[in-house]
Amino acid sequence: METIILFAPVVGTIICGFGWKLIGEKAATVTATGLLFLAMLLSWIVFLTFHGPTEQIPLFRWVSSGTLSVDWAIRLDRLTAIMLIVVTTVSALVHLYSFGYMAHDENFREGESYRPRFFAYLSFFTFAMLMLVTSDNLLQMFFGWEGVGVASYLLIGFYYRKPSANAAAIKAFIVNRVGDFGFALGIFAIFFITDSINFGDIFSEGHLLAETNITFLWTEWNAANLICVLLFIGAMGKSAQLFLHTWLPDAMEGPTPVSALIHAATMVTAGVFLVCRMSPLFEYAPQALAFVTVIGATTAFFAATIGLVQNDIKRVIAYSTCSQLGYMFAAAGVGVYQAAMFHLFTHAFFKAMLFLGAGSVITAMHHEQDMRNYGGLRRKIPYTFWAMMIGTLAITGVGIPLTNIGFAGFLSKDAIIESTYAAQSGVGDYAFWLLVMAAAMTSFYSWRLIFMTFYGKPKGDKHAHEHAHESPMTILVPLGVLALGSIFAGMVWYGDFFGHHVEEFFGSSVYINHETNHVLHDAHEVAGWVKVSPFIAMALGLALAWVFYIANPSLPGRLAQAQRPLYLFLLNKWYFDELYEIVFLRTAKWLGRFLWKRGDGDVIDGTINGVAMGAVPFLTRLSQKAQSGYLFTYAFAMVLGVVALITWVTISGGAQ
Amino acid sequence: MIGSDISVVLPEVILAVYAMLALMYGVYTGKDRTAPLLLWTTAALMAVLAFWIGFSPEGADTAFGGAFVDDGFARFAKVVILVSAAAVLLMSQDFMTRLGLMRFEYPILVALSVLGMMMMVSAGDLMALYMGLELQSLCLYVVASIRRDSVRSTEAGLKYFVLGALSSGLLLYGASLTYGYAGTTLFSGIIAAAEGGHVSLGLLFGLVFMITGLAFKVSAVPFHMWTPDVYEGAPTPVTAFFATAPKVAAAVMFARLMHSAFGEATADWSQIVALLAVLSMFLGSIAAIGQTNIKRLMAYSSIAHMGYALIGLAAGTVGGLQALLIYLAIYVTMNIGTFAFILSMRRDGQPVTEIDSLNMYSRAEPLKALAMLVLLFSLAGVPPLVGFLGKFYVLKAAVDADMVWLAVAGVLASVIGAFYYIRIVYLMYFGEPREALDRTMPPVQWVALMGSAAIMVLGVANLFGVEALAAAAAETLAR
Repeated sequence: METIILFAPVVGTIICGFGWKLIGEKAATVTATGLLFLAMLLSWIVFLTFHGPTEQIPLFRWVSSGTLSVDWAIRLDRLTAIMLIVVTTVSALVHLYSFGYMAHDENFREGESYRPRFFAYLSFFTFAMLMLVTSDNLLQMFFGWEGVGVASYLLIGFYYRKPSANAAAIKAFIVNRVGDFGFALGIFAIFFITDSINFGDIFSEGHLLAETNITFLWTEWNAANLICVLLFIGAMGKSAQLFLHTWLPDAMEGPTPVSALIHAATMVTAGVFLVCRMSPLFEYAPQALAFVTVIGATTAFFAATIGLVQNDIKRVIAYSTCSQLGYMFAAAGVGVYQAAMFHLFTHAFFKAMLFLGAGSVITAMHHEQDMRNYGGLRRKIPYTFWAMMIGTLAITGVGIPLTNIGFAGFLSKDAIIESTYAAQSGVGDYAFWLLVMAAAMTSFYSWRLIFMTFYGKPKGDKHAHEHAHESPMTILVPLGVLALGSIFAGMVWYGDFFGHHVEEFFGSSVYINHETNHVLHDAHEVAGWVKVSPFIAMALGLALAWVFYIANPSLPGRLAQAQRPLYLFLLNKWYFDELYEIVFLRTAKWLGRFLWKRGDGDVIDGTINGVAMGAVPFLTRLSQKAQSGYLFTYAFAMVLGVVALITWVTISGGAQ
Repeated sequence: MIGSDISVVLPEVILAVYAMLALMYGVYTGKDRTAPLLLWTTAALMAVLAFWIGFSPEGADTAFGGAFVDDGFARFAKVVILVSAAAVLLMSQDFMTRLGLMRFEYPILVALSVLGMMMMVSAGDLMALYMGLELQSLCLYVVASIRRDSVRSTEAGLKYFVLGALSSGLLLYGASLTYGYAGTTLFSGIIAAAEGGHVSLGLLFGLVFMITGLAFKVSAVPFHMWTPDVYEGAPTPVTAFFATAPKVAAAVMFARLMHSAFGEATADWSQIVALLAVLSMFLGSIAAIGQTNIKRLMAYSSIAHMGYALIGLAAGTVGGLQALLIYLAIYVTMNIGTFAFILSMRRDGQPVTEIDSLNMYSRAEPLKALAMLVLLFSLAGVPPLVGFLGKFYVLKAAVDADMVWLAVAGVLASVIGAFYYIRIVYLMYFGEPREALDRTMPPVQWVALMGSAAIMVLGVANLFGVEALAAAAAETLAR
């Protein structure tokens, strides 16, 4: 069954990508989608029936070289099962959604077939992502890791006639290279020390790594910390954490279903999955965990601040994603991997829904993405409005304080915030306060989105507003399903992910070092004000948003005028792109230009051209001059040759 | 005793007797009218002998007290020599007839010269070596000037003769020094005199002088200067002959002398040979660039190619010998095809040798142009053609023998050399159109051209088994 889940998408890719000319466009896309729904069904069966220890399902021997031996195997445990349903559910719904969303596309000319290609890429992405989450060793994981990278690259650049889409695709690929470099180094280091890259082997070596030192970049490091930081750098790239986050907002150039699937629900959470999967190592790397917490919390705060002022509907959600991923890392960093997985799980539902809802709005508004041109849409597109409303309620964390009743985000986000407080450490407190502030901002920008889009008076192009219409069923059905998840996923599985059943639910898939790590237990015992704080933050954000965008719509403009430097700082995303442009791009370009002009042009070409156009013709003329045609010249040359050889042999005295 | 000796040299005896009988026949019957018949029978006899030698049983025999050695190494060379000489003879008929040079002496002289070459490659004694060499050379002097009414042809023959005499003198001087210090002219005796790698200075002088004499025959720099003039002046079929069989004979004899007589002093001669190889490769490549006459160009090409072949010898190993043999076989095949084409270059019935005349040749004769393209790329050593494999073997032999610098020099020289080969291709495909060449081509030449080009492509698979044969042959010499 697991094998069918794994290979159904790749079969879909092949049929849809290569066979659509034979079976027709419609049949090809329907086949790919059907196979995905099959995978989704089986995944849910696996998730609901799985209990017990980790299973390994070997498929075939992949690499066997020296001491390196790698099987292609499926590792089935709770983490895998969670990821399976997240990936296949969102993917299947996005496939379905794409029928409606991709029906007509102005980026392609009349008669061009782009749909089979799109569906093939989606299915290929799903396959690679499943490969990643079912991997039993680091090599297999790296394969999936790079596979999703390629799929992401292809899909961001799907509108290949748009230069900005191509630039965004390249940017995503290159920024991910930086992270992947760290990931690869981490894999090498693990193999270097443990002589294996199979999870089964390396997970039992955690304490050994903690006691080993390794020299890297001329410095002695603790092996566990070094490896975990390197792996986390890989995770930072994939999950768009601070410093390697710049690609994610630009990735919104891709079609909206892609943003929902890859850049919100699944691929970007691969980094969180990696940290949780590697918990047996991270548990022995306290400094690395602290680093993860700091980066995660800072990202959550930083991305939320940028989200406050963005006007592009997709970019707001993109920064929101970046911020929510920060929450997950913060939870993992304080050692509550379960909470991280919980938020990953619920976030997949509501964030995918927000994106798909945004896509529905964008279709309704004829590909207008600027929220300043929206307004008053709730009557025009009521279903979409309600879906977005549910998504917003979920992401902002609406629920009844001090109970376990609320939307999905309420339970999972609060679990994270409580965990960081319960960590009782410096980084924990740092994370707690940043995350609470981020929660307020999350609430503000999410409600701002709702208010600007669905309330107030219609702004912008009148024509677009008059023609705004509700989306077809293929778009609305996925929204409905995800809405269910956004409402109930938190309440149904709270006990399993964070409550009383957490130990038996996760089993051995997540390792907790019980000697040092009591955070999960302590998180339930925190003071009441801590438990209420996220709710208060949310309410504050909601109130502010209401004041700014419903009660007094001129206020934002005046505030922006009054605090112009701060506004520009946020609007320009903390000037990260500009900074990187100066620090990395210019130097790289300068170096490239130097090597090209000076190195390649002057030195290499100069030498070659000098020899070919100067020295060789000169020697040719010389040799022609020597070839005088006179016999005595020739005889003289021979005699000279003999004399030279004899002299040489005499002086060197032979070889003795 | 004498009976067994005769049985070892039977192929040579048959060829010698045939040559004398053919001479009598020609003189006392129709003189030049018999020339076509003699040419075909000579070629046929050579082919038969090649077949016979090629399929004779393995093992080494000696005759006349060790003066004549019939081993795998010699047999490999003899087959190459006989086949290439036969091919060149057949290719030349049309050309010689057109120029009125179809004299009955021509095939006989070639046969005698081949006899000398067979003697050379089998020599186990300095006397036998010299005898074979002189027999070969004398015949070549004569055929070089066979076009008696042409100033250029006689000049070529005369230059070749005078310089050849000088080189023979150097060789003889070296041989007498060797005899003086070793006390014997037998190779086996000389190697015994140099037992344990201790070579007296006198013997060393003898070695150097003999190397110079042999270097002249393989036209290695700085003993190469006759080559362009003789190649240009001699009638084209004679040039084709010069460029093939004698080069093989001289190089193989070179290798035998070095390994059989001076095998104990490898370090001494290998550095000299390496120097000659480097000089030849570079001068051949550089000087060829300035040529406008395709025959002169082929002269420099052969100088460069002999430089590569000498790398195999300079390596001083079994692998090097094997590479040398492979290289020679490939070189001869390429040259036969190329000269078949040059022989067919005519305008209004008159032979043309200007490279310019090939401009836009591909438009008139796409198939022949393609065959030439293959041959020229192969000569330049462009992968994956067979010519590249030849170079690959010698370079690998040099690397294996810890002479990386020699291999690097070979690669650099081949980069320079590629220019002039590919320039011909460029002219054939993109040049300024000129007055077209005649389109007729005799079937023999056509077959030689196409066959050679086909071998360059098809041989990539397994070199037609030559690799294993050369390995076995090299093994018999190096022991």
